[in-house]
Amino acid sequence: MPESKVLLDAAAVQRVLARMAHEIAERNDNSSQVVLVGIQRGGIYLAQRLADLLQGVWGHPVPVGHIDVCMHRDDLDQHLAPQVHPTAIPCDVTSKTVVLVDDVLFRGRTTRAALDALNDLGRPRAVQLAVLIDRGHRELPIKADFVGRNVPTSLKERINVQLQEEGGADGVFLEHL
Amino acid sequence: MIWNRKHLLDIQSLSAEEICTVLDTARAFKAVGERVIKKVPALRGKTVINLFIEPSTRTRISFELAAQRLSADVINFTAEASSLKKGETLKDTARNLEALNADIIIIRHSATGAPHFLSRFLNASVVNAGDGAHEHPTQALLDLFTIREKKGAIAGLNVTILGDILYSRVARSNIWALLKLDAKVTLCGPATLVPREFEQMGCRITHDVIEAIRHADIINLLRIQHERQRKTMFPSIGEYASLFGLNQARLASTRPDVVIMHPGPINRGVEIDSDVADGERSVILEQVTNGLAVRMAVLFLINGGKGPQEISG
Repeated sequence: MPESKVLLDAAAVQRVLARMAHEIAERNDNSSQVVLVGIQRGGIYLAQRLADLLQGVWGHPVPVGHIDVCMHRDDLDQHLAPQVHPTAIPCDVTSKTVVLVDDVLFRGRTTRAALDALNDLGRPRAVQLAVLIDRGHRELPIKADFVGRNVPTSLKERINVQLQEEGGADGVFLEHL
Repeated sequence: MIWNRKHLLDIQSLSAEEICTVLDTARAFKAVGERVIKKVPALRGKTVINLFIEPSTRTRISFELAAQRLSADVINFTAEASSLKKGETLKDTARNLEALNADIIIIRHSATGAPHFLSRFLNASVVNAGDGAHEHPTQALLDLFTIREKKGAIAGLNVTILGDILYSRVARSNIWALLKLDAKVTLCGPATLVPREFEQMGCRITHDVIEAIRHADIINLLRIQHERQRKTMFPSIGEYASLFGLNQARLASTRPDVVIMHPGPINRGVEIDSDVADGERSVILEQVTNGLAVRMAVLFLINGGKGPQEISG
């Protein structure tokens, strides 16, 4: 078992998501044009939770979809073929403000792939990025608009995000490999 | 999710989990085909060669489009316009294609085992697009994909394969795949075209068409392969149609939710009547659409590298 340290417990995850939802609401006056898109897999649950919280703020449902970036990755030659899931976004993203949602922002390559994948689906008016954890070590010029918690890490560490949708309790852990 | 194969040579050597991996992956690729931009960059910079030593239109076009939708470059190579006519061996032809830095070679050949043969000395990935009367793995995978889409699950279904089993690589691949996924397979056709050997694989054999289709959830019709028959295996096409052809009268004895499949090209009025082929229970054209998605999935999976399956960041 790797050594594990709690970064966020269940209550903290809730508080952080509530703040992020308010920040998204503050940044986007035109609430009817906002679509939340979760990145497979962890981002899907977080996007749904943020959409529920935003509905509380805005008073109307917020469209939420999910996107799979495997077909757009730049490291397909270096790995066995990854598991691909269908992409499903409930509306045309053209001229909408898309908020991409992911659990952990690390090298930035998944976000890059998500931007390319999104581009194939339409031309959003703007794309914003919301992540629960930013652990640093970017390899591309990518920055999140909404961050739950900045966590300086070493490359020997791993962030483990557990969400109640997958069974068990919410929690974010820093593991030393 | 299990996949670490470099080639797709046959269904016989695949596990049930591997078959399901292809079917799950194909779901995502089917969605790509429904978008305005029907193309993803997964095979950008790769070269795919369609090496079709035996004539084919639909399978070649399906593979060609699948490769193009994955952003690969595709070259079509047909036997009629090649050095094979000048006496070059298959091995030399394949080596020459590999010298052009081909990454994936898709082969159709009249000889059983031709894809396996190529895979033993090529560095490129090899996909079997039909080898003689042996196997046609992507056809079986697209048939299973279609069945799963229509019926939800495959285990426990009654699947009847009706027609020319003896000469059919589609039948062989389908039988392997269906049995691995725990379907119950019934074979039906003239005794000369349905060898008893298939009983040893676990299939039920009957020569009574009504008995074969009465309880079927799926009827998969196979074309009578004139080109593979060296001698006449049944008296006449007309007799085949009257004894085994699927028409409205025979359809009346089936389950109301039966699904009619056919790998194409169909011989209207022989193995299937026009009003059945074009009827609401037929999924023949959906099979074509699904074939594209399944072939994209296969090319995507075999193109994978050697590292771990889980990727992050």
